[in-house]
Amino acid sequence: MATRISRDNFLAGGIFIALGGFFALESLNYELGSPIRMGPGYMPLVLGSVLAALGVAIVIAGLRKPEEHTNEPPSWRAIGLIAVAIIFFGVCIRGLGFIPTVFITALLTASASSRSTLLGAGIIATALTLLSTLVFVFGLRLQVPMLGPWLPF
Amino acid sequence: MDLIASLGLGFSVALDPMNILYCFIGVLLGTLVGCLPGIGPTATIAMLLPITFSLSPVGALIMLAGIYYGAQYGGSTTAILINLPGESSAAVTAIDGYQMARQGRAGPALAAAALGSFFAGSVATLLLAFFAPPLARAALSFGAPEYFALIVLGLLVSIALAHGSILKALAMIVLGLLLGMVGQDIYTGQPRFTFGFRELFSGLNFVSVAVGVFGVAEILRNLENEKTRELLVKKVTNLWPTGEDFRRIVGPVLRGTGLGSALGVLPGGGHILSSFASYSAEKRLSKHPEQFGKGAIEGVAGPESANNAAAQTSFIPLLTLGIPAHPVMALMVGAFILQGITPGPNVINDQPALFWGIIASMWVGNLLLVVLNLPLIGLWVKLITIPYRMLFPAIVIFACIGTYSINLNVFDVYAIILFGILGYLLIRFGCEPAPLLLGFVLGPLLEEHFRRAMIISRGDATVFFTRPISATLLALALLAVVLAMLPAIRRRRDEVFVEED
Repeated sequence: MATRISRDNFLAGGIFIALGGFFALESLNYELGSPIRMGPGYMPLVLGSVLAALGVAIVIAGLRKPEEHTNEPPSWRAIGLIAVAIIFFGVCIRGLGFIPTVFITALLTASASSRSTLLGAGIIATALTLLSTLVFVFGLRLQVPMLGPWLPF
Repeated sequence: MDLIASLGLGFSVALDPMNILYCFIGVLLGTLVGCLPGIGPTATIAMLLPITFSLSPVGALIMLAGIYYGAQYGGSTTAILINLPGESSAAVTAIDGYQMARQGRAGPALAAAALGSFFAGSVATLLLAFFAPPLARAALSFGAPEYFALIVLGLLVSIALAHGSILKALAMIVLGLLLGMVGQDIYTGQPRFTFGFRELFSGLNFVSVAVGVFGVAEILRNLENEKTRELLVKKVTNLWPTGEDFRRIVGPVLRGTGLGSALGVLPGGGHILSSFASYSAEKRLSKHPEQFGKGAIEGVAGPESANNAAAQTSFIPLLTLGIPAHPVMALMVGAFILQGITPGPNVINDQPALFWGIIASMWVGNLLLVVLNLPLIGLWVKLITIPYRMLFPAIVIFACIGTYSINLNVFDVYAIILFGILGYLLIRFGCEPAPLLLGFVLGPLLEEHFRRAMIISRGDATVFFTRPISATLLALALLAVVLAMLPAIRRRRDEVFVEED
């Protein structure tokens, strides 16, 4: 079975079915209205159902058509580190302040490359912190403290 | 005709020293991101959108436009020197441009690309100035059904021009439309799909979706397999083409300009399609088709002229109808809205200085680009050698800070990684991200016009087919999908796009 179906189509179709179904079900909680006066739920219900149907069609189109090429394996290191970096930025920007948050976010991101070293990432992070402080804090006067209230000094 | 007077007004705005500076910054950044593979104009403009918030509307839009057409110039440099298109529309330039570089003729190839682009950009800007006003006047008479039909046409044509599976492209559009509906309902104010998060009431942030899908997803894709770039030419000499070269490029440049100007207006990847179309046209018309692929200068001059012409004329639907033809134009809509201006047919009358200023600035920008690209080519050659592991952290950092600075809302920052991972998965499974972003921007407009049309017609859906303009537009939309599905066209479409991979 696994070799007789396009894995890409199966997974993409699955995502579309899940998201379409989710939007369609959720829109049932809103007033549907009538074609003359559509309520907030009308269009999302229609479009969600269409998306789920397209997802089914994509899975069917992939039957008996396995891929000829294979994707490179995903870089879990990159996905994990970049996700952590961006979430860290969101959690800490107010509390830690601009400079420490940007530095640590940049350090985490720069480590996402399989070729980076700690020293290299540190240099990139320092340069980026300097540059973005100049551009955003001094240049564009972004309303964020340079060092936040979480820090003792 | 008051075209001269209008252009005069435009140049008086565009030649203001501050606006020249913004234009210069725009084309400089554009050339930069065009040169650097792995970051394109879409992600750049998305990251810089928040920064332009503090500029004047004219300055902001001149700069963002400059990034877009500047990237078309920069893309050719990378394509010629390292056989890697810096920008997707430069993919065909790499075929013959790289061969020319291997034969020691990188200079003439770069010059042909820059001069062809300059000529094409100038002509297309003039066409834009000429055709935009009457189109905007016609668009003023459009009602809700016409706008609905126009948006449907735009969305469906963008599928026909995209490559890959049509079903997947359709699904990406619908997903985009649905994501665009998150937030308060326009008519009743009821919050939809917000799950009680107050931050979602005004909808998902457009910049988060754009930098997630085009910036972060692309980075994750590039980090799967890190390659080193081989720079073929360390130093470019003999820049100026010979007389023989000039004779050979006149025809391709003229034809490329024509093709690009016409195709650029179409929704979808007009500039990408036009460079492919120009390349195959030149190959077919040439007396020496066997030279193509082995360093024919025609194969560089034609496509480069075409993609630059298309970059200019793709502003026509945006400036006259308020409908973006592709993701970069969708970001321009976002820029207009951030500045408190609704893009559409009214801009030309309400903000003549802005409208004509942008158009005139494109000519100024094209001139700046020739100066930037030819004498300073050595600088760009050095830039190409910057390793990717230094670039992508900058993209992530600027994306985070930029997105946060719009509303000082951390929710928008979390949305980046959410859409980054969703976009990465979908791209891996063979779905193009561009239709999703188009759908996201057009979703609220589509819903508004559809519901308004249904209210006006008292629930009679035939209104879309009985009004002549809307019926014609919908028929064209249907035609585009049917044509794209025909087996014969499908094969050709695959052929055209297969060279891109």
